Amino acid sequence: MIWANAVVQGILLGGLYALFACGLSLMFGVMRIVNLAHGDLGVLAAYFAVVLVNNFGGNPLWSFATVIPVALIFGYFLQRWLLDHTVNSGEFSPILVTFGLSIVIENLLQVRFGANSQYLNLGNFTYASWHINRFVYVGKLSLVIFAVAVVILAGLQLFLARTRQGRLLRATADNPRAAALCGVNAKHTRAVATSIAMATVATGGLFFAMTTSFVPPSGSSYLIFAFESVIIGGLGNLWGTLIGGIVLGVSQGLGNQFNPADGILFGNIVFLMILAFRPQGLLAGAGAPT
Amino acid sequence: MLKIEGVTAHYGQLIALDEMSLELGAGQTLAVVGANGAGKSTLLSLISGEKRPTRGRVFFEEQDITNERTSQRVRRGISLVPEGRQLFGSLTVEDNLLTGAAAKRKGEWDLNAVYELFPLIRDKRSRQAESLSGGEQQAVAIGRALMANPSLLLLDEVSLGLAPVIIQDLYVRLHRIAAEGTTLLLVEQNISEAFSLASQIVCLLEGRVILRGAPSDIDMGTLRDAYFGSGYSGSQQKGETK
Repeated sequence: MIWANAVVQGILLGGLYALFACGLSLMFGVMRIVNLAHGDLGVLAAYFAVVLVNNFGGNPLWSFATVIPVALIFGYFLQRWLLDHTVNSGEFSPILVTFGLSIVIENLLQVRFGANSQYLNLGNFTYASWHINRFVYVGKLSLVIFAVAVVILAGLQLFLARTRQGRLLRATADNPRAAALCGVNAKHTRAVATSIAMATVATGGLFFAMTTSFVPPSGSSYLIFAFESVIIGGLGNLWGTLIGGIVLGVSQGLGNQFNPADGILFGNIVFLMILAFRPQGLLAGAGAPT
Repeated sequence: MLKIEGVTAHYGQLIALDEMSLELGAGQTLAVVGANGAGKSTLLSLISGEKRPTRGRVFFEEQDITNERTSQRVRRGISLVPEGRQLFGSLTVEDNLLTGAAAKRKGEWDLNAVYELFPLIRDKRSRQAESLSGGEQQAVAIGRALMANPSLLLLDEVSLGLAPVIIQDLYVRLHRIAAEGTTLLLVEQNISEAFSLASQIVCLLEGRVILRGAPSDIDMGTLRDAYFGSGYSGSQQKGETK
C-alpha cells in the first residue's frame, strides 16, 4: 500500500510536470524553438509572485491574477522583440539565444534575491490532505494543481482544435511557407504561441513555488522535467505530454519510495529507456498536433 | 492591374530574371511558358512576395508593392497556388480551406462556393489533406487560394504530376474561375491546356521575355524556337501585344 501511495503522489505531480511542459511543446511545435530558458522563466514568474506577496501581502493565490496577464503580455513581446530575430537564422540561434536568456535570468535573480530559498506559503492548505486509508493520502493542494493542469491542457487542446487562432497556429506549425501564402501574419501568430506558452509556464512556476521551495537555479531542473515529459509522451501531442508527465512523476515517486535520494534518478532512467526503445514517445502521432 | 518594371532577380551569382518587364490587365489570363530555369517560378515568387528583386519594381493596382511581405500582398488580393501544392498535410481539408481565408478578404468565395467548384473534396472535408490523391490535393490547394478571394490568382504548375484526365478536369474549373472575373497568371508546362485557357502567352528564356502574344497568333514552330532558344538573336522578339 505504501507503493500505491507513491503511485498516487506520482500521478498528482505528473499533472504539474505536464502543465509546465506544454508551453515547451507548443513553442517547439509552432516555431521549432527549443526554449532553454523555459524553466528559468517559470522561476522568474515565481519570484514575481514572491515580490507581490511581500509587498502587498494576502494569499499567494491572488498573485495569479497579476502574474498570468503579465506573462501573456511578456510572452508576446519576448517573441516580437527577441526570439523572432532567431527564426530565420538557422536552428542553432534560438538555442543560443534562449541559453543566454536562461543565464541572464538566473543571474539577475541571484543578484536581486540571493541564494536563499523562497516559498509561496499557502499556510495550512499546503499540507492539508484527505486520507483514503492508512497509507494512501491525497494532498488537497496537489489535487487542485492536478485538476487545474488537466483543465488547462484540455482548454489548450480545444483552443488548438476549434478556434480560428488555434487553426492558424497549427497551420503555421505544419507549413510556415504555406501559412504566409495564405496571408497568415507569421510574426503575430508566433507571438501568440509564445504568449500562451508563457502563461502556462508562469502557472506551472507558481504551482511549483507553492509545493516546494525554490532558488534562482531551480529552473534547470524544471526544464529537464519538462523536456522529459514532452519526450516520454511524444512530441506535438498535449495528452501525450500529460501521460509523459504522469509517467515521469510516478517513476520519481516509486524511486523515492525505493530510496529517498533516488527519485530523480529513476525518472531519468525511465526517460532514457523511452528514448532507447520508443523514441517517438508513448502517444506519438495521435490527436491534434501542437 | 499588375505591372513589373525592369525587374532583376538573383539566386546567389545566378541571374534568374534579367531586367524583365511585364504588364497584366484586370480580367486577363496570362500563361507563362518556358524551359526549366527560364525564370517562371521566380517571376511568381516576385509577385507573391516570397522573393525580392535585386533591381526593379513591382506594382499592383497602381501601388508599389516591391517591399511588401507575402501576407500583406494576400490582403491586397494576390494569392499563389505554389508548385507542389504545399498543403497543411496534418490538417483536415476544411481546416486547409479555412486557413486560406486568414486574410479576411470579402468576396464570393467561401467554403460552399469552393465545394461547389470542387464537389469531390466536399465529401473528404474532414480527411487529413495528406491522405488525398494528387488531383484532390491540387483542388484543395486551388480552393485554399480562392478562399482569400484574390483578384489576381497565381498558379505554379498545377498540372505537374497529374493524370491527363485529372488535368482536363482541373482546367475546366480554371476556365470557370477565369470566367468569374479573377485575373489569372499561370506558369504551365502543359502547352495545350495553357493555350486553351490563356488570353495572353509569354515565353521566357534565360530570365527574359522572348515571345509574347495571343495564343492564336503564336504558331507552334515559333514557340518551339522561343522555348529552346534556337534562332534566339538576343533581342526581344515580340508577337502582337494587346
